[in-house]
Amino acid sequence: MTADLVIEAEGLVKTFGKTRALQGVDLAVPRGTVLGVLGPNGAGKTTAVRILSTLLTPDGGTARISGFDVVRDAERVRQSIGLTGQYASVDEDLTGRQNLELFGTLLDLGRAGARRRAAELLDWFDLTDAANRPAKTYSGGMRRRLDLAASLVGSPDVIFLDEPTTGLDPAKREDMWDVVRTLVNNGSTVLLTTQYLEEADALADAITVIDHGRVIAHDTPEGLKRVVGGQTLEVRPSDPAQLPRTAEILTQVGSGAQADEIRKGVLAVPVTDDAALTESVARFATAGIAVTELSLHLPSLDEVFFTLTGRTASEDDTTRPTEVAA
Amino acid sequence: MSTLTDTAPTRSGVLSNSAPNPRPFRLVRHSLALAKRSLIKTWRTPEALIDVTLQPVLFLIIFVYVFGGAVAGSTHDYLQFLLPGILAQTIATGAIAIGVNLNTDIAKGIFDRFRSLPIPRSAPLVGAVLGDVVRYVIVTVSTLAIGYVMGFRIDTDPFRAIAGCLLAVLFALCLSWLPVLVSMKVRTAGAVQGVMFALIMPLSFASNVFVGADTLPGWMQAFVDVNPMTHLVASVRGLFLGTPLGNHVWWTLAWCAGFVAVFMPLALRAYRKKI
Repeated sequence: MTADLVIEAEGLVKTFGKTRALQGVDLAVPRGTVLGVLGPNGAGKTTAVRILSTLLTPDGGTARISGFDVVRDAERVRQSIGLTGQYASVDEDLTGRQNLELFGTLLDLGRAGARRRAAELLDWFDLTDAANRPAKTYSGGMRRRLDLAASLVGSPDVIFLDEPTTGLDPAKREDMWDVVRTLVNNGSTVLLTTQYLEEADALADAITVIDHGRVIAHDTPEGLKRVVGGQTLEVRPSDPAQLPRTAEILTQVGSGAQADEIRKGVLAVPVTDDAALTESVARFATAGIAVTELSLHLPSLDEVFFTLTGRTASEDDTTRPTEVAA
Repeated sequence: MSTLTDTAPTRSGVLSNSAPNPRPFRLVRHSLALAKRSLIKTWRTPEALIDVTLQPVLFLIIFVYVFGGAVAGSTHDYLQFLLPGILAQTIATGAIAIGVNLNTDIAKGIFDRFRSLPIPRSAPLVGAVLGDVVRYVIVTVSTLAIGYVMGFRIDTDPFRAIAGCLLAVLFALCLSWLPVLVSMKVRTAGAVQGVMFALIMPLSFASNVFVGADTLPGWMQAFVDVNPMTHLVASVRGLFLGTPLGNHVWWTLAWCAGFVAVFMPLALRAYRKKI
């Protein structure tokens, strides 16, 4: 089992002045899988990625990428990783193509090899039309794609994506998710940090939740959702007088708990599967209830954290994470 | 992105873990690749060259026509005397830009990308320094061109003239490790500019750039005599105009070697520490 761990970290500690960014973090990612590292701003996600990608030296603990120590064998580690994050960026004055060709040259692909690889990546990331424009003229989504393409020039085995979709709109986020899935299908191992449970759930084989530099949970997405609560169905009937009837229907399609009014005029109920959405729509139609809002979502990061850290078992009188966050 | 399918580029396996980079001269190759990057940036932002091309024009016009008559008796004589000095002053000032640019570059994050690549740590810095040679050549050519238009003539031969230009470029190249070091030590690009001007200005005024050193008070003459700028200017004057060269070329080269020997290791160390 441990033989096939591509990313292994044990007891990582990093202190910046008085800030203890990491206080003993363990991470493990088997080959060909995606680990989602979930945590709020300042949890230590970026520090962990910077240590694993050899940009920072840990104060304590060890980490290995493909068996190479990130401190002692940093050079070997750099040959097998690709890094994408707000900080590891591209040169804004260079065009997309020049950027990729520069990285190809630096990775010793040779002149022709660098050119070919750049063309391949531009094509894959739909940047061929913009290839000869300076990167500073790119839109946010294009910039992210170029950043990601730049980290793939050397066909790395291990890819670090530090909050790859923060600030992107939902459609662009889905595009990025597709890219990650393709990378994994091609055999890459990915460590992805994110602030969204949805993103980790969509992409990751396992999720490590960190907070204040410590791992507070490590599980499969399913396991984690069992702990923090699954999806919630939220409905706002257009006529407030219909609230009791709506609540009744929601309780029937839900996973067993009573529907509650979480905000004024909005009812919510935990559900177990996506079918609950279509079922509720059908039932509202039959009952003649018009709704202005209807949504299905996973608990937000706040809710996850509240569940994992903010409550003791005795207070845990409900499985409704939305309520505790309110 | 809608065209995204599983036909993504196949893993070329160019970089496998079992084969650490076997190709030689990595620092040279990578530095040159990164020098090309600086060059593209210079090419793309020609306005960044305005300071170094406009400065010699202004200095030549102001000094030649305002002070020329008083200092040298005729504007043409003073132009002949002044141009090598202005060239040296401008090229030394031009070396400041690299510190300013590096400071901005590092703040932007591309250096983190470089550091995650399997390249020598110093390559981005060496590349940036080398890439600026083109700037120095542009400064030299434009200063000579405006001088020529104003009536400056080389009294020696093309070979010595070119040697003078090369010496000036080499001087700037070696001196540029100082602004590189400063850019690693101070926080903002503006601060780099401020510190460097405070260092370069005394060097260029307490020298033989504008007037011969013999009219200066003794204590200042002592400084002028060791000032690297004095040696460079005397060398360029000798190579352009045939005035006695003395040991000035050797002193200039010694200063160049000194700049590299002292500032380059310090700059590289500060760079490794900073990022």
